[in-house]
Amino acid sequence: MTVHIPSPLRSYTAQKGAVEARGATLGEVLAALDHRYPGLRFRIITEQDTIRQHIRIFVNEEQAQDLAVALRPDDQVHIICALSGG
Amino acid sequence: MTTLKPAAGPVALLIGTRKGGWLYHGDTARRTWRVDGPHFLGHIVNHLVLDPRDRRTMLMAVRTGHLGPTVFRSTDLGKTWKEAKAPPAFPKVPEGQKGRVVDHVFWLTPGHAGEPNTWYAGTSPQGLFRSDDGGVTWEPFSGINDDPQYRTWMGSVQDGTPDGPKLHSIIVDPRDPAHLYFAMSGGGVHESVDGGRTFAPIVKGMEVVEGFDAANIAFHDPHCVRLCPSNPDRLYQQNHCGIYRLDRPSNEWTRIGKNMPKRVGDIGFPMVVHPRDAKTAWVFPMDGSSVWPRVSPGGKPALYVTKNAGKSWIRQDQGFPKARAWWTVKRQAMTADAHEPVGLYFGTTGGELWGSRTGGASWICLARNLPEIYSVEAAETAR
Repeated sequence: MTVHIPSPLRSYTAQKGAVEARGATLGEVLAALDHRYPGLRFRIITEQDTIRQHIRIFVNEEQAQDLAVALRPDDQVHIICALSGG
Repeated sequence: MTTLKPAAGPVALLIGTRKGGWLYHGDTARRTWRVDGPHFLGHIVNHLVLDPRDRRTMLMAVRTGHLGPTVFRSTDLGKTWKEAKAPPAFPKVPEGQKGRVVDHVFWLTPGHAGEPNTWYAGTSPQGLFRSDDGGVTWEPFSGINDDPQYRTWMGSVQDGTPDGPKLHSIIVDPRDPAHLYFAMSGGGVHESVDGGRTFAPIVKGMEVVEGFDAANIAFHDPHCVRLCPSNPDRLYQQNHCGIYRLDRPSNEWTRIGKNMPKRVGDIGFPMVVHPRDAKTAWVFPMDGSSVWPRVSPGGKPALYVTKNAGKSWIRQDQGFPKARAWWTVKRQAMTADAHEPVGLYFGTTGGELWGSRTGGASWICLARNLPEIYSVEAAETAR
Protein backbone atom coordinates (compact mmCIF):
# COMPACT_ATOMS: atom_id res chain seq x y z
CA MET A 1 0.00 0.00 0.00
CA THR A 2 1.01 3.61 -0.27
CA VAL A 3 1.89 5.59 2.85
CA HIS A 4 1.84 9.37 2.41
CA ILE A 5 4.58 11.07 4.42
CA PRO A 6 4.18 14.65 5.73
CA SER A 7 7.06 17.08 5.29
CA PRO A 8 8.26 16.94 8.95
CA LEU A 9 9.02 13.22 8.48
CA ARG A 10 10.66 13.35 5.09
CA SER A 11 14.14 13.67 6.57
CA TYR A 12 13.66 9.98 7.36
CA THR A 13 12.42 8.97 3.87
CA ALA A 14 15.09 10.71 1.78
CA GLN A 15 12.51 13.45 1.09
CA LYS A 16 9.99 11.03 -0.43
CA GLY A 17 6.40 12.17 0.04
CA ALA A 18 4.97 8.71 -0.51
CA VAL A 19 6.44 5.27 0.08
CA GLU A 20 5.22 1.71 -0.41
CA ALA A 21 4.91 -0.62 2.58
CA ARG A 22 3.35 -3.97 3.46
CA GLY A 23 1.43 -5.15 6.51
CA ALA A 24 -1.91 -6.55 7.60
CA THR A 25 -2.42 -3.86 10.23
CA LEU A 26 -1.39 -0.25 10.71
CA GLY A 27 1.01 -1.43 13.41
CA GLU A 28 2.71 -3.83 10.99
CA VAL A 29 3.01 -1.15 8.32
CA LEU A 30 4.60 1.31 10.73
CA ALA A 31 6.98 -1.39 11.97
CA ALA A 32 8.00 -2.06 8.37
CA LEU A 33 8.50 1.64 7.77
CA ASP A 34 10.62 1.97 10.91
CA HIS A 35 12.78 -0.95 9.77
CA ARG A 36 13.45 0.85 6.51
CA TYR A 37 13.57 4.37 7.99
CA PRO A 38 14.90 3.96 11.56
CA GLY A 39 13.49 6.39 14.09
CA LEU A 40 10.41 7.42 12.09
CA ARG A 41 7.92 5.42 14.14
CA PHE A 42 8.86 6.88 17.54
CA ARG A 43 8.31 10.42 16.29
CA ILE A 44 4.63 9.61 15.63
CA ILE A 45 3.84 6.69 17.98
CA THR A 46 4.51 6.77 21.73
CA GLU A 47 6.27 4.13 23.79
CA GLN A 48 2.78 3.02 24.83
CA ASP A 49 1.89 2.33 21.19
CA THR A 50 -0.55 5.21 20.97
CA ILE A 51 -0.67 7.79 18.20
CA ARG A 52 0.99 11.01 19.37
CA GLN A 53 -1.16 13.98 20.37
CA HIS A 54 -0.52 16.07 17.27
CA ILE A 55 -0.42 13.26 14.73
CA ARG A 56 -3.40 11.88 12.84
CA ILE A 57 -3.36 8.79 10.66
CA PHE A 58 -6.05 8.23 8.05
CA VAL A 59 -6.66 4.97 6.21
CA ASN A 60 -8.29 6.05 2.99
CA GLU A 61 -10.61 8.71 4.44
CA GLU A 62 -11.16 7.21 7.87
CA GLN A 63 -9.17 8.26 10.91
CA ALA A 64 -7.34 5.41 12.63
CA GLN A 65 -7.63 5.43 16.42
CA ASP A 66 -5.03 2.74 17.12
CA LEU A 67 -2.48 0.47 15.52
CA ALA A 68 -4.79 -2.55 15.30
CA VAL A 69 -6.64 -1.17 12.28
CA ALA A 70 -6.68 -3.82 9.52
CA LEU A 71 -5.32 -2.81 6.13
CA ARG A 72 -5.75 -4.06 2.57
CA PRO A 73 -2.97 -3.94 -0.03
CA ASP A 74 -4.70 -1.18 -1.99
CA ASP A 75 -5.33 1.11 1.00
CA GLN A 76 -3.94 4.62 1.11
CA VAL A 77 -2.41 5.61 4.46
CA HIS A 78 -1.99 9.30 5.19
CA ILE A 79 0.13 10.49 8.12
CA ILE A 80 -0.96 14.02 9.01
CA CYS A 81 0.65 16.56 11.33
CA ALA A 82 -2.24 18.13 13.21
CA LEU A 83 -2.34 21.61 14.75
CA SER A 84 0.30 22.13 17.40
CA GLY A 85 0.67 25.86 17.91
CA GLY A 86 3.05 28.51 16.64
CA MET B 1 39.17 21.60 47.96
CA THR B 2 40.25 21.19 44.36
CA THR B 3 42.58 23.56 42.53
CA LEU B 4 41.51 23.97 38.93
CA LYS B 5 43.44 25.79 36.24
CA PRO B 6 41.67 28.41 34.14
CA ALA B 7 40.72 27.33 30.64
CA ALA B 8 42.82 28.73 27.80
CA GLY B 9 41.17 27.32 24.69
CA PRO B 10 38.41 28.68 22.49
CA VAL B 11 34.91 28.86 23.97
CA ALA B 12 31.76 27.80 22.19
CA LEU B 13 28.30 28.84 23.30
CA LEU B 14 25.67 26.19 22.68
CA ILE B 15 22.24 27.75 22.33
CA GLY B 16 18.99 25.79 22.49
CA THR B 17 15.89 27.67 21.40
CA ARG B 18 12.24 27.09 20.74
CA LYS B 19 13.05 27.02 17.02
CA GLY B 20 16.42 25.29 16.71
CA GLY B 21 20.00 25.17 17.93
CA TRP B 22 22.90 27.59 17.37
CA LEU B 23 26.61 27.50 18.08
CA TYR B 24 28.60 30.68 18.72
CA HIS B 25 32.31 29.94 18.37
CA GLY B 26 34.47 32.48 20.19
CA ASP B 27 38.13 33.26 19.72
CA THR B 28 40.43 32.63 22.68
CA ALA B 29 40.00 36.26 23.76
CA ARG B 30 36.20 35.83 23.62
CA ARG B 31 35.89 39.06 21.64
CA THR B 32 34.53 37.81 18.33
CA TRP B 33 31.99 35.10 17.73
CA ARG B 34 31.40 33.02 14.61
CA VAL B 35 27.80 31.93 14.21
CA ASP B 36 27.00 28.36 13.20
CA GLY B 37 23.31 27.70 12.76
CA PRO B 38 20.49 27.18 12.82
CA HIS B 39 20.75 23.47 13.41
CA PHE B 40 17.39 21.71 13.10
CA LEU B 41 15.47 24.89 12.37
CA GLY B 42 11.94 24.63 13.70
CA HIS B 43 12.79 21.97 16.26
CA ILE B 44 12.28 22.71 19.95
CA VAL B 45 15.76 22.38 21.47
CA ASN B 46 15.58 22.13 25.24
CA HIS B 47 19.25 21.40 25.80
CA LEU B 48 22.42 21.31 23.71
CA VAL B 49 25.50 20.05 25.53
CA LEU B 50 29.14 19.47 24.56
CA ASP B 51 30.93 16.49 26.05
CA PRO B 52 33.84 17.89 28.10
CA ARG B 53 35.55 14.50 27.89
CA ASP B 54 36.35 14.79 24.18
CA ARG B 55 35.26 18.39 23.43
CA ARG B 56 33.80 17.32 20.08
CA THR B 57 30.70 15.27 20.82
CA MET B 58 27.41 17.09 21.33
CA LEU B 59 23.97 15.87 22.29
CA MET B 60 20.84 17.84 21.48
CA ALA B 61 17.46 17.17 23.13
CA VAL B 62 14.75 17.96 20.58
CA ARG B 63 11.15 17.55 19.60
CA THR B 64 8.85 19.48 17.33
CA GLY B 65 5.32 20.67 17.83
CA HIS B 66 4.09 17.59 15.99
CA LEU B 67 6.78 14.97 16.36
CA GLY B 68 7.81 13.12 19.49
CA PRO B 69 11.00 13.63 21.50
CA THR B 70 14.40 12.42 20.48
CA VAL B 71 18.12 13.04 20.90
CA PHE B 72 20.51 13.95 18.11
CA ARG B 73 24.24 13.32 18.40
CA SER B 74 27.19 14.90 16.65
CA THR B 75 30.78 13.72 16.97
CA ASP B 76 32.25 16.51 14.83
CA LEU B 77 31.12 19.69 16.62
CA GLY B 78 27.86 19.89 14.73
CA LYS B 79 28.99 19.29 11.16
CA THR B 80 26.88 16.12 11.00
CA TRP B 81 24.18 14.72 13.24
CA LYS B 82 22.74 11.25 13.84
CA GLU B 83 19.58 10.43 15.73
CA ALA B 84 19.65 8.19 18.80
CA LYS B 85 18.56 4.66 17.96
CA ALA B 86 16.57 4.39 21.18
CA PRO B 87 15.72 7.82 22.68
CA PRO B 88 14.59 8.08 26.33
CA ALA B 89 11.22 6.35 26.71
CA PHE B 90 9.25 4.89 29.59
CA PRO B 91 8.62 1.13 29.56
CA LYS B 92 5.53 -0.11 27.76
CA VAL B 93 2.87 -1.13 30.26
CA PRO B 94 0.55 -4.14 29.90
CA GLU B 95 -2.68 -3.74 27.94
CA GLY B 96 -5.34 -1.93 29.94
CA GLN B 97 -2.91 0.04 32.11
CA LYS B 98 -2.06 3.69 31.53
CA GLY B 99 1.63 4.11 30.88
CA ARG B 100 3.69 7.27 30.83
CA VAL B 101 4.92 8.91 27.66
CA VAL B 102 8.02 11.11 27.44
CA ASP B 103 6.83 14.49 26.17
CA HIS B 104 10.28 16.02 25.92
CA VAL B 105 13.84 15.42 26.99
CA PHE B 106 14.59 18.43 29.14
CA TRP B 107 18.09 18.02 30.58
CA LEU B 108 21.33 16.34 29.49
CA THR B 109 24.37 15.74 31.69
CA PRO B 110 27.62 14.09 30.60
CA GLY B 111 28.74 11.30 32.93
CA HIS B 112 31.86 11.15 35.06
CA ALA B 113 35.25 11.73 33.44
CA GLY B 114 36.08 8.09 34.15
CA GLU B 115 32.94 6.88 32.34
CA PRO B 116 33.53 8.27 28.85
CA ASN B 117 30.36 7.05 27.12
CA THR B 118 27.91 7.70 29.92
CA TRP B 119 25.24 10.40 29.74
CA TYR B 120 22.20 11.15 31.87
CA ALA B 121 18.90 12.66 30.77
CA GLY B 122 15.96 14.16 32.64
CA THR B 123 12.55 14.27 31.03
CA SER B 124 9.06 15.69 31.30
CA PRO B 125 7.01 13.98 32.69
CA GLN B 126 9.73 13.44 35.26
CA GLY B 127 11.98 10.51 34.52
CA LEU B 128 15.68 9.74 34.85
CA PHE B 129 17.47 7.99 31.97
CA ARG B 130 21.02 6.93 31.20
CA SER B 131 23.02 6.03 28.12
CA ASP B 132 26.21 3.98 28.27
CA ASP B 133 27.02 4.25 24.58
CA GLY B 134 27.46 7.95 24.13
CA GLY B 135 23.78 8.77 23.69
CA VAL B 136 22.92 6.23 20.98
CA THR B 137 20.59 4.15 23.16
CA TRP B 138 18.88 5.16 26.41
CA GLU B 139 17.38 3.18 29.27
CA PRO B 140 15.44 4.20 32.37
CA PHE B 141 18.03 4.67 35.10
CA SER B 142 17.71 3.64 38.69
CA GLY B 143 14.43 2.40 40.10
CA ILE B 144 12.99 5.80 40.78
CA ASN B 145 10.88 6.09 37.60
CA ASP B 146 8.72 3.23 38.88
CA ASP B 147 9.24 3.55 42.61
CA PRO B 148 5.79 4.10 44.23
CA GLN B 149 7.14 6.73 46.65
CA TYR B 150 8.99 8.60 43.91
CA ARG B 151 5.95 8.43 41.64
CA THR B 152 3.99 10.20 44.38
CA TRP B 153 6.61 12.93 44.64
CA MET B 154 6.91 13.26 40.86
CA GLY B 155 3.20 13.94 40.48
CA SER B 156 1.36 13.70 37.19
CA VAL B 157 1.67 15.48 33.86
CA GLN B 158 -0.62 18.19 35.24
CA ASP B 159 1.69 18.97 38.16
CA GLY B 160 4.62 21.31 37.93
CA THR B 161 5.59 23.95 35.41
CA PRO B 162 3.21 25.08 32.64
CA ASP B 163 4.57 22.77 29.97
CA GLY B 164 5.02 19.85 32.31
CA PRO B 165 7.10 18.91 35.36
CA LYS B 166 10.84 18.66 34.75
CA LEU B 167 13.55 16.39 36.08
CA HIS B 168 16.66 18.56 35.90
CA SER B 169 19.99 19.48 37.49
CA ILE B 170 21.46 15.99 37.15
CA ILE B 171 24.87 16.28 38.81
CA VAL B 172 27.75 13.80 38.95
CA ASP B 173 30.29 14.31 41.73
CA PRO B 174 33.64 14.79 39.96
CA ARG B 175 35.30 12.75 42.74
CA ASP B 176 32.95 9.76 42.56
CA PRO B 177 30.78 8.53 39.66
CA ALA B 178 28.49 6.76 42.13
CA HIS B 179 27.60 10.02 43.88
CA LEU B 180 24.71 11.65 42.03
CA TYR B 181 22.16 14.41 42.54
CA PHE B 182 19.08 15.44 40.62
CA ALA B 183 16.17 17.82 41.18
CA MET B 184 12.51 17.83 40.21
CA SER B 185 10.10 20.69 39.63
CA GLY B 186 8.29 19.76 41.66
CA GLY B 187 9.56 17.04 43.84
CA GLY B 188 12.69 18.19 45.64
CA VAL B 189 16.42 17.52 45.45
CA HIS B 190 17.68 13.94 45.65
CA GLU B 191 21.00 12.20 46.22
CA SER B 192 22.43 8.77 45.53
CA VAL B 193 25.68 7.49 47.00
CA ASP B 194 25.43 4.03 45.44
CA GLY B 195 25.52 4.72 41.73
CA GLY B 196 21.80 5.33 41.46
CA ARG B 197 20.59 2.09 43.04
CA THR B 198 18.87 4.20 45.66
CA PHE B 199 18.11 7.89 46.03
CA ALA B 200 16.98 9.90 49.03
CA PRO B 201 15.59 13.43 49.23
CA ILE B 202 17.60 16.35 50.64
CA VAL B 203 15.07 19.09 51.35
CA LYS B 204 15.67 20.08 54.97
CA GLY B 205 15.83 23.86 55.24
CA MET B 206 14.10 24.40 51.88
CA GLU B 207 10.89 26.40 52.05
CA VAL B 208 7.68 25.80 50.12
CA VAL B 209 4.82 28.04 49.06
CA GLU B 210 3.05 29.56 52.07
CA GLY B 211 0.30 27.38 53.43
CA PHE B 212 1.79 24.11 52.15
CA ASP B 213 3.57 21.48 54.22
CA ALA B 214 7.35 21.50 53.75
CA ALA B 215 7.43 17.92 55.00
CA ASN B 216 5.75 16.85 51.74
CA ILE B 217 8.54 16.33 49.20
CA ALA B 218 6.14 16.91 46.29
CA PHE B 219 5.70 20.56 47.29
CA HIS B 220 9.39 21.41 46.90
CA ASP B 221 10.25 23.21 43.67
CA PRO B 222 13.98 23.54 43.03
CA HIS B 223 14.56 25.51 39.83
CA CYS B 224 18.29 24.93 39.38
CA VAL B 225 20.98 23.22 41.46
CA ARG B 226 24.73 23.56 40.83
CA LEU B 227 27.73 21.86 42.41
CA CYS B 228 30.95 23.84 42.84
CA PRO B 229 33.74 22.23 40.79
CA SER B 230 36.39 23.58 43.17
CA ASN B 231 34.58 22.24 46.23
CA PRO B 232 32.19 19.41 45.35
CA ASP B 233 30.90 19.42 48.92
CA ARG B 234 29.17 22.74 48.23
CA LEU B 235 25.96 23.14 46.24
CA TYR B 236 23.95 26.24 45.42
CA GLN B 237 20.29 26.22 44.53
CA GLN B 238 17.82 28.67 43.01
CA ASN B 239 14.41 27.55 44.18
CA HIS B 240 10.84 28.69 43.63
CA CYS B 241 11.10 29.85 47.24
CA GLY B 242 14.54 31.38 47.56
CA ILE B 243 18.27 30.93 47.04
CA TYR B 244 20.07 28.26 49.08
CA ARG B 245 23.50 26.83 49.83
CA LEU B 246 24.28 23.34 51.08
CA ASP B 247 27.65 22.36 52.59
CA ARG B 248 28.01 18.63 52.88
CA PRO B 249 27.99 16.48 54.88
CA SER B 250 25.17 18.61 56.24
CA ASN B 251 21.73 17.76 54.86
CA GLU B 252 20.27 21.16 55.67
CA TRP B 253 20.05 23.94 53.11
CA THR B 254 20.66 27.53 54.23
CA ARG B 255 18.52 30.24 52.63
CA ILE B 256 21.24 32.68 51.57
CA GLY B 257 18.70 34.62 49.49
CA LYS B 258 17.50 36.31 52.68
CA ASN B 259 20.52 38.55 52.21
CA MET B 260 19.32 39.81 48.82
CA PRO B 261 17.81 43.33 48.65
CA LYS B 262 14.17 43.15 49.77
CA ARG B 263 12.93 45.11 46.75
CA VAL B 264 14.47 42.49 44.44
CA GLY B 265 13.81 39.33 46.39
CA ASP B 266 15.41 35.93 45.85
CA ILE B 267 13.18 34.33 43.24
CA GLY B 268 14.56 33.29 39.86
CA PHE B 269 15.33 30.37 37.59
CA PRO B 270 19.08 30.00 36.85
CA MET B 271 21.99 29.49 39.24
CA VAL B 272 25.61 29.74 38.16
CA VAL B 273 28.72 28.90 40.19
CA HIS B 274 32.29 30.06 39.73
CA PRO B 275 34.48 27.35 38.18
CA ARG B 276 37.31 27.87 40.69
CA ASP B 277 35.92 29.78 43.68
CA ALA B 278 33.21 28.08 45.71
CA LYS B 279 32.37 31.33 47.50
CA THR B 280 31.24 33.00 44.24
CA ALA B 281 27.88 32.39 42.54
CA TRP B 282 25.42 34.33 40.39
CA VAL B 283 21.64 34.54 40.15
CA PHE B 284 19.27 36.37 37.81
CA PRO B 285 16.34 37.52 39.96
CA MET B 286 12.82 37.70 38.59
CA ASP B 287 9.53 39.10 39.79
CA GLY B 288 7.85 36.43 41.87
CA SER B 289 5.15 38.67 43.30
CA SER B 290 1.36 38.48 42.87
CA VAL B 291 0.71 36.51 39.66
CA TRP B 292 4.40 35.68 39.19
CA PRO B 293 5.24 37.81 36.14
CA ARG B 294 8.61 36.00 35.86
CA VAL B 295 10.36 39.05 34.40
CA SER B 296 13.17 41.28 35.69
CA PRO B 297 11.88 43.12 38.78
CA GLY B 298 10.65 46.55 37.70
CA GLY B 299 11.77 45.92 34.12
CA LYS B 300 15.39 46.53 35.21
CA PRO B 301 17.45 43.41 34.48
CA ALA B 302 20.43 42.56 36.66
CA LEU B 303 22.47 39.68 37.92
CA TYR B 304 23.44 39.46 41.55
CA VAL B 305 26.75 37.95 42.56
CA THR B 306 27.89 36.75 45.93
CA LYS B 307 31.61 36.49 46.61
CA ASN B 308 31.25 35.25 50.18
CA ALA B 309 28.99 32.22 49.80
CA GLY B 310 25.79 34.18 50.16
CA LYS B 311 26.50 36.52 53.08
CA SER B 312 26.04 39.50 50.76
CA TRP B 313 25.11 40.18 47.14
CA ILE B 314 26.31 42.76 44.61
CA ARG B 315 24.16 44.02 41.73
CA GLN B 316 25.65 43.65 38.21
CA ASP B 317 23.80 45.52 35.47
CA GLN B 318 26.40 47.52 33.54
CA GLY B 319 25.50 47.35 29.86
CA PHE B 320 21.89 46.30 30.38
CA PRO B 321 18.91 48.55 29.61
CA LYS B 322 18.17 50.73 32.65
CA ALA B 323 14.40 50.34 32.32
CA ARG B 324 11.56 48.80 30.32
CA ALA B 325 13.36 45.50 29.74
CA TRP B 326 11.00 42.70 30.70
CA TRP B 327 13.41 39.79 30.48
CA THR B 328 13.05 36.24 31.59
CA VAL B 329 16.06 33.93 31.74
CA LYS B 330 15.19 30.24 32.02
CA ARG B 331 16.91 27.78 34.31
CA GLN B 332 19.24 26.32 31.66
CA ALA B 333 19.88 29.65 29.93
CA MET B 334 22.69 31.10 32.09
CA THR B 335 26.18 29.72 32.39
CA ALA B 336 29.88 30.45 32.95
CA ASP B 337 33.01 29.49 31.07
CA ALA B 338 36.22 28.44 32.84
CA HIS B 339 38.48 31.28 31.69
CA GLU B 340 40.10 33.97 33.86
CA PRO B 341 38.34 36.32 34.33
CA VAL B 342 35.28 34.14 34.16
CA GLY B 343 32.98 34.67 31.20
CA LEU B 344 29.26 34.68 31.90
CA TYR B 345 26.51 34.22 29.32
CA PHE B 346 22.74 34.11 29.27
CA GLY B 347 19.90 34.01 26.79
CA THR B 348 16.48 35.58 27.18
CA THR B 349 13.02 34.45 26.25
CA GLY B 350 13.07 37.46 23.89
CA GLY B 351 15.90 35.92 21.87
CA GLU B 352 18.83 38.01 23.08
CA LEU B 353 22.20 36.49 23.92
CA TRP B 354 24.33 38.43 26.41
CA GLY B 355 27.93 37.92 27.47
CA SER B 356 30.45 39.24 29.96
CA ARG B 357 34.22 38.74 29.88
CA THR B 358 34.57 40.35 33.28
CA GLY B 359 32.79 38.02 35.65
CA GLY B 360 29.55 39.92 35.22
CA ALA B 361 30.95 43.40 35.91
CA SER B 362 29.99 44.59 32.41
CA TRP B 363 27.86 43.12 29.67
CA ILE B 364 27.42 43.28 25.91
CA CYS B 365 24.65 41.89 23.75
CA LEU B 366 26.16 39.17 21.52
CA ALA B 367 23.04 38.45 19.45
CA ARG B 368 19.49 39.66 18.98
CA ASN B 369 16.45 38.28 17.17
CA LEU B 370 17.01 34.64 18.01
CA PRO B 371 13.94 32.59 18.92
CA GLU B 372 13.02 32.20 22.57
CA ILE B 373 16.17 30.87 24.25
CA TYR B 374 15.77 27.76 26.39
CA SER B 375 19.38 26.89 27.16
CA VAL B 376 22.90 28.30 27.01
CA GLU B 377 26.01 26.25 27.68
CA ALA B 378 29.61 27.47 27.47
CA ALA B 379 32.21 24.87 26.61
CA GLU B 380 35.86 24.73 25.76
CA THR B 381 36.13 23.12 22.33
CA ALA B 382 38.92 21.06 20.82
CA ARG B 383 41.47 23.23 19.07
